Amino acid sequence: MLGFLIQRLMQAVVVMIAIAALVFVGVFAVGNPIDVLISPDVTQQIRLDTIARYGLDKPLWEQFVGFLSRLVHGDFGRSFVFNMPVLELILSRLPATLELTLAAVLGATLLGVPLGMYAGYRPDSPVSRLLMGLSVLGFSVPTFWIGLVLILTFAVWLGVLPAGGRGDTVTVFGVEWSFLTLNGLQHLLLPAVNLSLFKLAMMMRLARAGTREIIMTDTVKFARASGQSEWTILRRHVLRLISIPIVTVFGLEFGSTLAFAVVTETIFSWPGVGKLIIESIQSLDRPVMVAYLMLVAFLFIIINFLIDIAYAALDPRLRARQ
Amino acid sequence: MMSRDSPAARFWAEFQDNRIAVAALAVIIAVAVMAIFAPLITPQDPYDIGRLVLGDARRPPGHLGSGGYVHWLGTDAQGRDLLSAILYGLRISVMVGVAAGAIAFVVGAVMGATAAFVGGRVEALIMRFVDLQLSFPPILLALVLSAILGQGRIQLIIALVTAQYAYFARTAHGAAATERAKDYVEAALSTPLPTRTVLFRHILPNCLPPLIVVATVQVANSIALEATLSFLGLGLPVTEPSLGMLIANGFQYMFSGRYWISIYPGVALIILIVAINLVGDQIRDQLNPRLKR
Repeated sequence: MLGFLIQRLMQAVVVMIAIAALVFVGVFAVGNPIDVLISPDVTQQIRLDTIARYGLDKPLWEQFVGFLSRLVHGDFGRSFVFNMPVLELILSRLPATLELTLAAVLGATLLGVPLGMYAGYRPDSPVSRLLMGLSVLGFSVPTFWIGLVLILTFAVWLGVLPAGGRGDTVTVFGVEWSFLTLNGLQHLLLPAVNLSLFKLAMMMRLARAGTREIIMTDTVKFARASGQSEWTILRRHVLRLISIPIVTVFGLEFGSTLAFAVVTETIFSWPGVGKLIIESIQSLDRPVMVAYLMLVAFLFIIINFLIDIAYAALDPRLRARQ
Repeated sequence: MMSRDSPAARFWAEFQDNRIAVAALAVIIAVAVMAIFAPLITPQDPYDIGRLVLGDARRPPGHLGSGGYVHWLGTDAQGRDLLSAILYGLRISVMVGVAAGAIAFVVGAVMGATAAFVGGRVEALIMRFVDLQLSFPPILLALVLSAILGQGRIQLIIALVTAQYAYFARTAHGAAATERAKDYVEAALSTPLPTRTVLFRHILPNCLPPLIVVATVQVANSIALEATLSFLGLGLPVTEPSLGMLIANGFQYMFSGRYWISIYPGVALIILIVAINLVGDQIRDQLNPRLKR
């Protein structure tokens, strides 16, 4: 097991360095950041000073080596636009994104699993058919367009919910949170619904498929024969058995929801990491782009690493094969 | 001619049993025809600046414009007939989506089938890479790539293909690995045929059914992805207004209640994507032997 762990860990490090190289070289192809940093009519001296200050005059590989060594020390450089350390900038935006993502994934699970279980329990009822039809819509309709419809309906026409921003926040442990104030919750609702619809459709389908399968098994037949109520069977037996794949997907989807937050945050002006990355792409703020990409890559590599380890722990054949 | 008992005819007969799927297919064909012949059926060329009248700008649906015809879906901020703009936008969206899907199909199928056929280290390397890529959400890959490559039709297609080929590669690998073990492949390999021929003439055609299912889903996905990227301002340049860009342009006017500029292009997009997904669902069900009665 230790050998397998080390092997996977080495693989993860190699992948991380490869991604760092790709991201670094790739981001260099985007425009010339010096044109964004200073106005075109400054003196040549200021121009050269700025280039030297940001290290843009050094050869590519030297910048990359410097970048890698700073990366290991947790130093992602300074944002060209915000003129502050990138790590600090991203960390200051991260709570907003985490709050939004958690609200969306939790909401999708808490609502989607019961609905999906109902659809699996009564597959032929009109309500179940309607739910499944809606889940096709949830998969097909692009997130950004649903966001527009939500804003149009609830903010413009009905005027009951705000169209964007985070609203009032409360500072807990030095971090600002929206979900602790009523105004903040109102601001959180629409973006969270928007971000959760895709996951909701998926949770419903997963729960439905699982329930349909398990309702046929001997476990349920015996439980029925022992006189337990249908409600108890669903809660005690079916829910427990379908929760294993659902928890797996919950973990996996958390990462992809973070990625989708880019779209939702842009529409609802939610001041999170996703909005930051779109703004930094548009203003060619290279250190922010690179740091964001590296952090996301790091996150996904960690998730995959954990999955690999979990599977290996469950399946001895994987360990033996290496 | 197709004989009555050919597999294609049987497939079509079974397909016809699902009324919704047939309707969806009809919608797809109608949209494709309208998109192809857009210049002939639209009342105006929405990108001929000289023909735009600013007095017609931001009019609601049903407005009788100065051109003497009714703007059934209203006009946008430049006085462009929205119906015409949507049909022109569909052309671009469909073209980009189909091109990206087709290229991803070819690249992924060849990679996956080759990996399964060759085996050993090459297989391990290719599939390890594909699996790694599959663990990243496609929207993120497409976002990063279109940010790096810049705006443009070719750049966008490259970004979409890179984000999606891995699905084809995985599917092709699974199908080809199964075919590889079958006797007819052994038989073909024992003849003096070049291995290339065995791979492309014998193995690959038998991997097509699952790949076709993936293809329908991926074409719908790449149309949606393209719209998302264009909405974020990272997809096509302003000179090629796809549906996503039309929606983005209307976004600011929505707050003053001028909903039609953003909403109708979105409706067109959704009708197309839902129709493709419904047809894809039906094809998948028909090809899935476990659902056969």
